[in-house]
This record gives sequence, structure tokens and C-alpha cells, in this order.
Amino acid sequence: MKRFLATVLVLLFGRLRRRPRLERERIVGTNPPDSRAQMLVFWLFLAAAVCGVAFPVVYAVNAIPHQTQFLGLSLGLCLAFIALACMVMSRSLVPVEEIEEDYPPSSHPEEQEKVEQIVDESGDRITRRRLFVVGLGAAGTALGVALLTPLASLGPVFDVSSFFRTPWRRGVRLVGEDGSAFRAADIEEGTFYTAFPEHADREQMGAPLVIVRLPVGELRLPPERKGWAPDGILAYSKICTHAGCAIALYRKPTFAPTEPRPALVCPCHYSTFDPSRAGKVIFGPAGRPLPQLPLLIDRRGELRAAGNFSGAVGPSWWGVRNRQPRS
Amino acid sequence: MIKRAVRYVDERSGGAPFIRKTLRYVFPDHWSFLLGEVALYAFVVLVATGIYLTLFFDPSLTQVHYHGGYVPLQGRTMSAAYKSAVDLSFKVKAGLLMRQTHHWAADVFVAAIILHLIRIFFTGAFRKPRDLTYYIGLTMLLLALLEGYLGYSMVDDLLSGMGLAIGYAVLMSIPFVGANLAQLIWGDPYPGRHEFESRMYVGHVFLLPIIIGTLIALHLTLVASRHHTQFAGRRKTERKVVGVPTFPGQTPRSLGLAFSVAAVLFLLGGLVQINPIWEWGPYHVASATNGAQPDWYLGWLIGALRLVPSFDLTIGHYTLVPNAFWGGAAFPLFVFFLMFLWPSLERRATGDYGFHNLLDRPRDAPWRSALGAAILTWIFLVFVVGSADRVYVLFGLSYRGQIWAMRFLVWIIPIAVGVITKRVCDELRAGEKIEARRHAAEAEVVA
Repeated sequence: MKRFLATVLVLLFGRLRRRPRLERERIVGTNPPDSRAQMLVFWLFLAAAVCGVAFPVVYAVNAIPHQTQFLGLSLGLCLAFIALACMVMSRSLVPVEEIEEDYPPSSHPEEQEKVEQIVDESGDRITRRRLFVVGLGAAGTALGVALLTPLASLGPVFDVSSFFRTPWRRGVRLVGEDGSAFRAADIEEGTFYTAFPEHADREQMGAPLVIVRLPVGELRLPPERKGWAPDGILAYSKICTHAGCAIALYRKPTFAPTEPRPALVCPCHYSTFDPSRAGKVIFGPAGRPLPQLPLLIDRRGELRAAGNFSGAVGPSWWGVRNRQPRS
Repeated sequence: MIKRAVRYVDERSGGAPFIRKTLRYVFPDHWSFLLGEVALYAFVVLVATGIYLTLFFDPSLTQVHYHGGYVPLQGRTMSAAYKSAVDLSFKVKAGLLMRQTHHWAADVFVAAIILHLIRIFFTGAFRKPRDLTYYIGLTMLLLALLEGYLGYSMVDDLLSGMGLAIGYAVLMSIPFVGANLAQLIWGDPYPGRHEFESRMYVGHVFLLPIIIGTLIALHLTLVASRHHTQFAGRRKTERKVVGVPTFPGQTPRSLGLAFSVAAVLFLLGGLVQINPIWEWGPYHVASATNGAQPDWYLGWLIGALRLVPSFDLTIGHYTLVPNAFWGGAAFPLFVFFLMFLWPSLERRATGDYGFHNLLDRPRDAPWRSALGAAILTWIFLVFVVGSADRVYVLFGLSYRGQIWAMRFLVWIIPIAVGVITKRVCDELRAGEKIEARRHAAEAEVVA
């Protein structure tokens, strides 16, 4: 016990007596030693050690609640104490000195000339330079193209037909998220429904629909879409024509003076579409109306597609207006 | 002990002269010179935590059912990627700490790069002979944005999917080739083939980190071979660099900074929640959520996408420029283009083709400072628009009103800021001249 105490005392208060060294000129500047700073650094390192040990303890003892928080706290504080120790060291333990040095020369004209000369003289034996350059260029380009060719396997580069494909065609039944059919009589005003084509992959832009019901008298569809919205039930692609997000907001004004008409809104950039006017953009950045899907109500009163969309679904691209979507 | 170690290294590498020089390499002293270092240490934390995450993350879009411990997701269909990210947050001890620290480190990494860039710009540190260093730095910023985007996209939570849909739409919007490029990268129309996840993964954990790491090495080599810049001062001239030596002076400082950065990141990672993916839920093409915000460094793109009024540029049936191109591609490309071009533009405008080791104070180059402040304000305002919906929720300012106002203000305010900055710089310089004249006059009187 005595010896242990003595060791601790020596550690804490003993000062290293340096062996006398050969007299030589110092390179590093010098300042007088600072024993308070040394003690401080020691305590900081000790605190870091305590926090470091806490990490595996927190990790191992499941009874400790908020494990993530305490893990972060112990590791973070361990690092923070080491950081503090470093800062104290830089302020009070290492020699404070300011040295200077010449910036390297801005350039080496002679060397530059030599390099140029070496390259120049090495090419002496090639007298028909243009021929050489043409050949090298042709080989290099060809090799480049050849090496890039396998990249074309990543996906169809030129065939853009799949951008027009959707799982909808006349007769496809609309189903909800749980797979159950939509009965026209159950569709209410003032809310919207998400529908999918029955028996089709839902993870494609052409699949999801938003369904809303509006009073028949409020519809302002163009004449060629007469009959697309039986009983005032309208179906639009759920994918915004601006940036491909799902249209997840339905603005149904509850109080008259705020916004006059119901609208479908994309939550990403707030493109706003008017379902009563064939999906026309009334605010926000979208450049195309929402594609509309013609509906019909079958004999059992369930909703089915009466054809494909009025236009290509998804965000705009160079050919988006070129063709009609296909099944 | 030290003697033996040095002899061992020197006899095998012949490196003693190099080590001696390195130890006494001069670091000029100014707090703003440390911003780049912060980015470097954040990168180290990113690599360390990132490697840990790869040990648990499963980059697969195979659909699975969740039956883990988090009740709200019970029985939901999700990708193996999302499930493994949720599991490594809840099931793996210290997993959540690592994931959150990784995410925070990414945000701090980009922030430090941008602050560093701003410092470099306004002090003219990008001028010859350091323009190449500057270009490499810009390239790293560009790659860091992409790296961060891939990182949070491959988790396949709801926000990942929404972000990817937007990225896809922006790529699609590139005139003439957009759809072809998108199909090449995704393998199919959105959401693409299952392989797309592997493509993101190899990019995020292998290609981009290696490229960024290599560029960091190149960046630092160039910095060291040309030495640091410094502000003019006593003995500090174009020819002489004055400061603290690497060892012992700078070493504890840099280590202190490194440990501080790591400490802050792990404290944030442990104590401050970020990207709670279990709350967003898995992504499906048909789902989206309101009030979603991307990581901060992509906010300027969301803002730009929102500001553009409704139109696609068309010629007959051909869509020349789809709307998303302006905000999502043209805007950031223009900003980066301008930044890459700046050193040569400035050389041409000022006719100053010389070497510069001394830094400008912002007032020393009023035109640069004015234009820089204007451009920065412009980007910042667009960034603010990215949160206009949150501003509406918090302060009740009409969203449409904000958008309409900002469509004009993003042009007017930067011009005003530019003019004011120019004036301030000129006044500061004039003030200094008066001061100098007074000193001269006083000296005369004393004499």
C-alpha cells in the first residue's frame, strides 16, 4: 500500500530530471515548462480514459437504458477530452515559435526547357508526324469506343418504347391497396383514393391512380373525354408529371374563401392539378396536365378502366408527347 | 528509442531529409485556414463509420416482410435493403450510433467543404499557382454531393424513393438524351431493375470514396508543394511564408481539431436523431409524404425546382426542354460552371496573370467580393425556397405568396447585396487610405 501511494505521488508530483545532454544548438524554440498545464493535460487524458472505458461498459450492460445516447456520449466525450488535451498541449506544452521559410520558386524555366527538349529529341525519328498522329488518334478513339461498348448492357439505350407502356387497358379492374375492388357507390366526394390495376406489378409509374369524385355539374372535361368520368368519378395517374413523385395531397376547401376548387397536389414541389378540368396545371412547376384514365362502371357496380391514359405518365422527357401510352 | 526509430526508417527509405523538412514545414496561422481540415476529418469519420455500416447493410431490392422488433412496421412489405437498415439501427448494438454519426458526418463534410470554398473564394486563394488545387476541390464538392445523395437513396425508405424519383426526373429532363441516359442508369423506366440498387451501392461504397480519397491526396500534395497562402503582415511577403512548424507547433492543433470534429460527430450521432428511417416507412412508387426535406446540401435544388413556373419548352410534339431541367440540372450546372470558370474569368477581367502567395482581404478585391456575395445570396435564397412549405407551417406565410414573391426576389436581393458589398469594400479601403495619411501626417509633426 505504501509503495503504491509512493508510486502515485511520484507520478503526480515527480519531475523528470533530464540527463545532461551534449551542448548543441537548439532547432526548436523554447519556453519555460508549465507544470499546471501538465497536470491539466494529465487529468484530461484520465477523463478521456474513463469515458473510453464507459463505452464497452454501456455496450455490454443491457440494463442501461438509452444505449445509443450513452454510447455516443461516452465515445464523444472521450474524443472531446483528448481534443482538449491536445489544445492545452498546443497552447502551453509545446514550444511556441514562429518560423519562416522561402516560398518555392514560381517556376523552373531551365528544367522546363530540358523537359521539352527531351520530348522533342525523342521524337526525332518520326518524320511523318501527321501520319503518326492520325494513326494514333484512330487507334485511341476505336479503343475508347470498344471499351465503352459494354456499358450499353446497362439498359436499353435507344429503345424508348417502354416509357409508353402501362398496365391499363379496357376492362382492367381497379383495386385498392388491399386488393379489393372499388364499388362506384362507395366513392365519396371530398377525399381521394389510391387505386392499382388488378393482377399487375404496382411498382411502376404507370400503375397507381388517384380517384376522386366531383359533382357532375362541376366537370369541365373536353368534349372528346365525354363519358370518361361516370357519375363524376375521375381517375388520374398518381405520378406527378413534373418530377415523378406520388401525388399524395388532395386540396378540398372546407372554408369557401380560401381556395375555390378542389385540386390534386404533389408534396415534392407543389405542382397543383385541377381534376375537374382534365388534370390541368393550376400552380407549380409541372409542364403537362395529369394523364387521365377513362373509367367505366361494370354491371356489378365496380370501377374498371375504359382504355389507357390520355397521355404518357411520369415526368417529362424529349419524347413524352410523341405517342399515346400502350398496354 | 527515437534515435533508433529514425535510423531504421532512414536506412530503409532514405527519408530523413524529407522527414526533417516535413517537420519544419510552415503553417501560416489563421482560424479560417482550418476549414478544409474539418472536411478532411469528417471524411475520415465517414470512411470509418461507413465501413462498419457495410458489414450489416444488404443492398438488395428483393421484397421481404418485416417481422422485427419495431411494431409499427410489423408485416409490411419492404426491400431487403430497407429492412437491413432498420435492423442495423435497432438490432445491432452501436449500429444506430454509427448510422447517425455517418449521416451527421456527411452533412458536416459538405458544410465544411462549402465554408472552405467560400474562404478560398473571398481571399483569392484560388489564383495562380493554386488554381489547379481549386479545381480539384470543386470536383470533390461535386462528388461529395453525389456521394451523399447515393448514400441516403440506397436505404430505400420513403424519402430515398422520393429523392430518387426526382433525380430520375431531372436526368430524364436533359434535352435530346435524358430518357436514354436514365434508362442506361436505371436499366429500365423508373423504379428500374433490381440491379440499380447494386449500381448505387458500388458507387457509394467503392467508386466515389476512392475517387474522393485520391483527389484529397492530390489536393494536399499540391497544397504542400506550393505551400500555404497567408495574409500580408510583418515579414509575411510574396516570397516568405511565416507560421508555425508542423512539429511540434501544428501537430497538437491539428490533432485537437481532428478529435474535436470526431467528438462533435459522435455526440451528434448519439444524442441528436437524424433521418429516422423507420418513421418514413418503406418506399413504394405510389407513396409520398408531405413536408419532406432532403439533406441540407440538396435544398438548393428543391428550391430551384419549385421556383420555375409551369411550362415545358416544346416544338410541336417534341419536348425540347422539360421543366425539371431548369431547376434540377441547368441551375446547379451553371453554378458549378461559373465556379470552375472563375479563376480564368478573373484573370481575363483584371489582366492579372501573376503568382499570388499573399491573400486578399475581401475588401482588396471589391468586384470579386461583390459578385461573390451576390451569387452566394442568390443560391441561398433559392435554398430558402426549398423550405417554403415548412415556412408556411411554422409562420403561416402563404406558400403560393412566397413562391410568387421569391420568383422576383431571388433576382433583386442578390443585386442589392452585390451593390452594398461593393460600397462597403470601397468605403473600407477609403477609410484605410485616410488612416494611413493621418499616420503619415502625425509622423511628420513628431519629426
